[in-house]
Amino acid sequence: MCLAVPGKILEATNLGISRIAKVEFGGVTRQVSLDFVPDARPGDFVLVHVGFAISRIEEEEAKRAYDALLEFEKEMPESP
Amino acid sequence: MEICGGQTHTIMRYGLPDLLPEEIELVHGPGCPVCVASLELVDRAIEIAGRPGVIFVSYGDMLRVPGSRSDLFHVKAAGGHVRIAYSPMEAVRIAAENPDRQVVFFGIGFETTAPANAMAVWQAKRQGLTNFSMLVSHVLVPPAMRLILRSPANRVQGFIAPGHVCTVVGFREYETLAAEFRVPIVVGGFEPVDLLEAIAMLVDQLEDGRAELENQYSRSVTRSGNGPAQQLMHEVFEVTDRQWRGIGPIPDSGYRLREEYAAFDAERVFGTGEIRVQEPPECIAALVMQGLKKPVDCPAFGTRCVPERPLGAPMVSSEGACAAYYTYRRHIGGEVAG
Repeated sequence: MCLAVPGKILEATNLGISRIAKVEFGGVTRQVSLDFVPDARPGDFVLVHVGFAISRIEEEEAKRAYDALLEFEKEMPESP
Repeated sequence: MEICGGQTHTIMRYGLPDLLPEEIELVHGPGCPVCVASLELVDRAIEIAGRPGVIFVSYGDMLRVPGSRSDLFHVKAAGGHVRIAYSPMEAVRIAAENPDRQVVFFGIGFETTAPANAMAVWQAKRQGLTNFSMLVSHVLVPPAMRLILRSPANRVQGFIAPGHVCTVVGFREYETLAAEFRVPIVVGGFEPVDLLEAIAMLVDQLEDGRAELENQYSRSVTRSGNGPAQQLMHEVFEVTDRQWRGIGPIPDSGYRLREEYAAFDAERVFGTGEIRVQEPPECIAALVMQGLKKPVDCPAFGTRCVPERPLGAPMVSSEGACAAYYTYRRHIGGEVAG
């Protein structure tokens, strides 16, 4: 239920009082509400839950998690 | 203990328990809203969905959850208008397109989903819809953690807090929990590497004798969370007591619609009254969701209880601990039945 998927904002438009974006998830695009992330801009990555972006992903922090992955790989035995 | 069912799913899917030393045991928490939705609530949903003139809209997972006598799929099969939606805004759209029907959305979820469901109600009010309502059963994570921590049988020594719940609400309340119960808590993400890192951070805390809140999922979570989302959720919802399936009532553990939004409250619109029901006695879901038992400890697991014919909700939802074990671990020799 609390599944949220990261996607990249391709474009954003105003629709009445809402801000709607076209967001790409690995090749698939969907309409997403940006009402909860007013600062998000095209090019940003957002986490999307039931049609709403709930956060803008911090690129520096995402890189830190990726580096942690490389670190774990180094420490893992060759094959479990 | 990881709280969130999505994290349980990642843990089982990627076989993380097999990568960890024996001393580290992962127990699975109550963070599956489908699993904790009370039997009374499911019966109420079935009752409303079966009424003539109603279009009942729900997230897909809820349809197979057994009520005391039936489930929403059976209502649909019997000709009831039950539709699956990905977003609550679809239900608002359906209501606008079908002014002669009553459209009811099954508003379940934890804090992650609350802003979206609040937005649906807020938009419906703004659009002046008089045929949209929500059957609300929102639940909150911290009261459930308190219940687990206060239990004399508790053996959880560290928590992975739910990353998407904290994306919305931040983690100040979890700092309080860590200090109050002297238990390490790490806000964790949902990728295998996130969970491994969160576990490593918990082990570091335990080895150092610390009991703090740390944030592993910093690419999405900040201390104060998502301000606009919280603002709307508090505009539409207020805290209330909630019945948790298998666990019982927990004070101040959920949301209901505020008085200003009473016209959108399906329980008031349809006046379903009080429903009292009994859980199937064989199901140990309550113990599983408090981390006191593993799914494989249940004699019905994989035999009398399978995803197609579930006794309890944790076998239904893709996030339920029983379904995660059934999907990923039942073929592992010796350990499980099935």
